[in-house]
Amino acid sequence: MSEAPAAPRPASADRLHPVELDLLVVPPRARTGWKVLPARVVAMCAVELQKLRHDRTELYTRAVQPALWLLIFGETFTRIKAIPTGGIPYLDYLAPGIIAQSAMFIAIFYGIMIIWERDAGILTKLLVTPTPRAALITGKAFAAGVKALVQAVVVVLIAAVLGVAMTWNPLRLLGVAVAVVLGSAFFSCLSMTIAGIVLTRDRLMGIGQAITMPLFFGSNALYPVAVMPGWLQAVSKVNPLSYQVDALRGLLLGTPSHLPADFTVLTVAAALGVTSASSLLGRLAR
Amino acid sequence: MTRNATDDGAPGGDAVTCTGLAYSFGETKAVDGLDLGVRDGEVFGLLGPNGAGKTTAIRCITTLLPVPAGMVGVFGHDAARERMAVRRLLGYVPQQLSADSGLTGRENVALFARVFDVSRRERARRVEQALAAVDLTAAADRLANTYSGGMVRRLELAQALVSAPRLLILDEPTIGLDPIARTNVWEHINAVRAATGMTVLVTTHYMDEADQYCDRVALMHHGRVRALGTPEELRSGLRDRLGTEGPLPTLEDVFRDVAGSGLDDQSGDFRDVRSTRRTASRVG
Repeated sequence: MSEAPAAPRPASADRLHPVELDLLVVPPRARTGWKVLPARVVAMCAVELQKLRHDRTELYTRAVQPALWLLIFGETFTRIKAIPTGGIPYLDYLAPGIIAQSAMFIAIFYGIMIIWERDAGILTKLLVTPTPRAALITGKAFAAGVKALVQAVVVVLIAAVLGVAMTWNPLRLLGVAVAVVLGSAFFSCLSMTIAGIVLTRDRLMGIGQAITMPLFFGSNALYPVAVMPGWLQAVSKVNPLSYQVDALRGLLLGTPSHLPADFTVLTVAAALGVTSASSLLGRLAR
Repeated sequence: MTRNATDDGAPGGDAVTCTGLAYSFGETKAVDGLDLGVRDGEVFGLLGPNGAGKTTAIRCITTLLPVPAGMVGVFGHDAARERMAVRRLLGYVPQQLSADSGLTGRENVALFARVFDVSRRERARRVEQALAAVDLTAAADRLANTYSGGMVRRLELAQALVSAPRLLILDEPTIGLDPIARTNVWEHINAVRAATGMTVLVTTHYMDEADQYCDRVALMHHGRVRALGTPEELRSGLRDRLGTEGPLPTLEDVFRDVAGSGLDDQSGDFRDVRSTRRTASRVG
């Protein structure tokens, strides 16, 4: 076996490990400044994709609900023609809402995952790496975004099979991807913020259930804001999901939308989410 | 395995210094005025029963718990003021089995290569070496949830090693392992230590392990260090003090001696230590 020049070893070590360990005595060169954040985001996203590759069960089971929404709710309400959609079939109107919903459902349970990782010691270990808390949370938020994006592709394909007329313009699809990732980043941070407050999985599970439906029904995912009662319109106005759906609808279907406002709200919401979740992360480490 | 004494000629100051370290959870003083100096290159054991404050002390040193400036230093860096610098020097294996079961062994190690800024060019080779150092090359591409307890511990060791830490911190590394796996984990810790010269700070409540593998130990009780020295020093010190003939007292005897009456109200913990010790000594 070759001898590593950088690592003089006693004979006892050679007997157990006739391997080269030269790199394990040289610390890697540290990234500094702005380069840390993207590197950590890439690391967290890579983990998420690797997990999805090993176990695709969740991808399939999570496709069931959006498929049912589109197939049953969508098809039925297309026939009833009860909801003013501005001239497009209700199924088409619904599809962006369901994409946003399935992305939100994934993200909103990310807090449970971070509590699980805390209990398992995975989070503890990540917190002892040269990763500022905000970078760790941003990484997790984008990882949720990547996972939601994979899910969104599945929903888009289902919608396409059901005959929804969507754009295939790559630039618009890129916009869709950005909207999905930003929305998921916000909702996962919301969830991780609550995780930092309630600290246990059971409580978070209950709260997650309690807030997902109001967020969903209190948005324009199923019906336009105009048909809502005044108080619900107010809820929808402060609900980032509405802005995400508006952006998705505008990009995918070409309906009138407010893209600059939508993306501004989503970006600000995601940034606020990262800030609040990372300031509470210390409570989970304790 | 031979136990390596501290490398002569290469002691560059202390690896870890704790000065009056104190940490409370509400009313409970988990660590209560801990003074500690871990020398560069040694294997240092922090011993004590459950609840002695070992894990809390470790969590302060690893920057997980916030401490005031001036209390904890790692190779001269203050744990309060230079958190990132401290973390770059650390390899940390917490008490729980902390590898991600949804990833392969290689992916688990690669994650830690990434978060410690290992360049893409070097990553594959470095990960390979870390896995080889703990004999997991053959199992590297299996999911971690197929690993045995001992293999998971070795994987966590590889995760900690991939960043070439100068200080390896192991919190109860052999807890819950069968005796053969325990020996195996220690052999890997020692081999890596011998190969890299890194400092090892380990907590355990297995006195026999400390006796066998640690250069120096500190006995902790009620948040403070009650005795400090090499296992031999502590054991022969007790014999001299008692003036008895016959076999050298064990570290456990030393511990009972220094903890004194304080152990009475914690007898459950002590019995726990004693029974685990018996299990371990059966294998030798």
